[in-house]
Amino acid sequence: MADLETFRTETRAWLEANCPPEMREPARDDEDVYWGGRRATFKNDAQKAWFEACVAKGYTVPAWPKEYGGAGLSPAEAKVLREEMSRINARPPLSSFGIWMLGPALLQFGTEGQKQRFLNEIARGEIRWCQGYSEPGSGSDLVSLQTYGEDKGDHWVVNGQKIWTSYADQADWIFCLVRTDKNDKYKGITFMLYDMASEGVTTKPILLISGNSPFCETFFDNVKVPKSYGEDCPAYVGEVNRGWDVAKYLLGHEREMISGAGGGERSAAIGAMMKRHAVKLGDELDPVLRAELAMFDVDALAYTAMGEKFLDEIKVGKAHPAQPNMMKYVGTELNKRRHELMMAVGGSRSLEWESEDTGGGKPARGWLRTKANSIEGGTSEVMLNVISKRILDLPGA
Amino acid sequence: MPLYHNDDQAMLADTASGFMAEEGNIAKQLRHWRDRNCKDGFGHGLWKQMAEMGFTGMLVDEADGGLGMGHVEAGIVLEEIGRNLTPSPFLTSSVLAATALKHGSDDMKGRYLPGLIAGDSVFAVAIDETAKHRPSRIATRAEKSGNGFRLTGSKSFVVQGASADMIVVAARTSGSDEDADGITLFAVPKDASGMTHDAVRLVDSSMATHTKFDGVELDGDAVIGEIDGGRAVLDAMLLAGRVGAAAEGVGVARGAMDMTVDYLKQRKQFGKLIGEFQALQHRASHLYSEVEIARAVTIKAQQLLDAGAESADLMASVAKAKVARAARLAVQEGVQMHGGIGMTDEYDIGLYMKRDRALAEFLGDAFFHANRVATLSGY
Repeated sequence: MADLETFRTETRAWLEANCPPEMREPARDDEDVYWGGRRATFKNDAQKAWFEACVAKGYTVPAWPKEYGGAGLSPAEAKVLREEMSRINARPPLSSFGIWMLGPALLQFGTEGQKQRFLNEIARGEIRWCQGYSEPGSGSDLVSLQTYGEDKGDHWVVNGQKIWTSYADQADWIFCLVRTDKNDKYKGITFMLYDMASEGVTTKPILLISGNSPFCETFFDNVKVPKSYGEDCPAYVGEVNRGWDVAKYLLGHEREMISGAGGGERSAAIGAMMKRHAVKLGDELDPVLRAELAMFDVDALAYTAMGEKFLDEIKVGKAHPAQPNMMKYVGTELNKRRHELMMAVGGSRSLEWESEDTGGGKPARGWLRTKANSIEGGTSEVMLNVISKRILDLPGA
Repeated sequence: MPLYHNDDQAMLADTASGFMAEEGNIAKQLRHWRDRNCKDGFGHGLWKQMAEMGFTGMLVDEADGGLGMGHVEAGIVLEEIGRNLTPSPFLTSSVLAATALKHGSDDMKGRYLPGLIAGDSVFAVAIDETAKHRPSRIATRAEKSGNGFRLTGSKSFVVQGASADMIVVAARTSGSDEDADGITLFAVPKDASGMTHDAVRLVDSSMATHTKFDGVELDGDAVIGEIDGGRAVLDAMLLAGRVGAAAEGVGVARGAMDMTVDYLKQRKQFGKLIGEFQALQHRASHLYSEVEIARAVTIKAQQLLDAGAESADLMASVAKAKVARAARLAVQEGVQMHGGIGMTDEYDIGLYMKRDRALAEFLGDAFFHANRVATLSGY
């Protein structure tokens, strides 16, 4: 414990010296978030300095081993770092699907060569990844996916279409589920890694009801994917035709992340903040709205306790493996409720789509965006199915 | 502290769960005493057995003959009490009154605690004066009288009031009804003259009283803690009680949920097990989520209370409100999913619904505590 306290003191000093003041407030828009990649540019010097300091220290991926670009922190140390960063509201130095999704999958299933190459690239923000899971006919029902990779000996030729690929238009590489055996629904899928600059890859943004476009349609037209990128570095994770194991593992991570259980930065209780907001707008909380906010805060604070319990249990292997589905289900439904209440408190002001006051319609766009929470990463209904089957063991579920 | 039971607590949970399922189960206790129209609403034999198990004095300091355990441990016992709907004075005596007595004089502790620890005595608490829990308003008065006090007023929802050997009474020694200060807590013995109990059987077949104090003469040594300074003791007692009631509520919710999920796996309709219907699967899964979350926040509240954290108060109200809502969902879904049989007295699920209603009302319902969460959060 004394060691942890030393670590805390050192971390605090390091953050003090290395985290610029501009990086100590919440990101206001997309430009405030650094995603890395070949085409990345920094918004300002502070963002660059903060990112580079973290890369040097291994703090873009603090819990990863040092040889893969991390800081090799123990779970307890990583928690201290999280706490100290959140104490000063430090922004994440790098946001990345490589960190959140591919990295954990490689740590679990990757070869040494893949880890050396890809994890280091991810940690240093050199390559921006996107995820190729969903297809027009395969949303939550991923086993029905159709994108096909034809085996040509030393390479595959991939044809098909992905949808809802977040930021595909800005990504350098894709981790992609590709059917490689048409005869086996579950086993015939391979988890492939390839360059988005490959010939035959095109992307098209999808405009959403929020007026924004974080998602794309991605088309593969005779894309040639080599089976290997060099010694001990295959182009697929796990085994050929067994990509479903990797995908399932990764979906668990994604659900945790979307639910905010992985140490989400969203504040749970919103009543006090909403009261201040109402006062700022020259109004007060309607008593019935106040009551709804109070009930929401009860649910949100209880959910936060559940998140803590879940993380504590994961550490000692006590958590039910299907628990992330429950966290995802409840977390996303709560987030939708949170934004409904925020819209209600904002009143007509929160309807403004383009005004300066609303930062270009942030409240409304944010509210609309949350409606996807209970769809992406598996719908709420699918989460409930999983709970029925794997936790409650209900018949035929 | 991680939000799960450590090895000692897990062992206690095993013990408590086995004991309560064996000795405190619905057939042996709740139905047994109810069907005999028992005037106490619970069995003294089981209370004695609980003493032998070391449960009764678990929150009493070791120096006073107890086990000096915490609210996580008390919560473990309470959850099993809830799950088995075990009628017992544990919450009022071993949690609420025991917490109040921590502030009592050595003499007072010597007078009451041995009986509690041995399972010979039962204590009640008299706080509410109206049909809803409003502890901010105390109108019952205790006037100085010689070396002691004269107690006048009335209390309601005094659970097990008529069976109690001693009642902890919150009364006003100065100020006006709504004042925070000017409260004093008294340990009023069973035989105090001028005290009358109007005993009523509640929906869950437990017994409570409307208790009247008509110039009850109390010695000065009946005071628990400081004269006029009882609010702090009252708050400590309420805090312990709320966290305890939340734990019992979690047990009620889990008991009802388990029964219901089992039923979904057995009952056939339209040629199928009803658990195969997705409409019911989704509701059951939602219910499971709510109950798990209620349980998590209850453990959180217990740990904060044991750690003496300031945030324990807020988290206790979050827990009480969350549990009240989750347990309500559990019993409502329970009866509905059982169909017609769920409405019969013969079947146990309805008993959960009745207990939930009474327990949710005790020490403040979901509305009271959600309101408190808002107030404590500054809105």
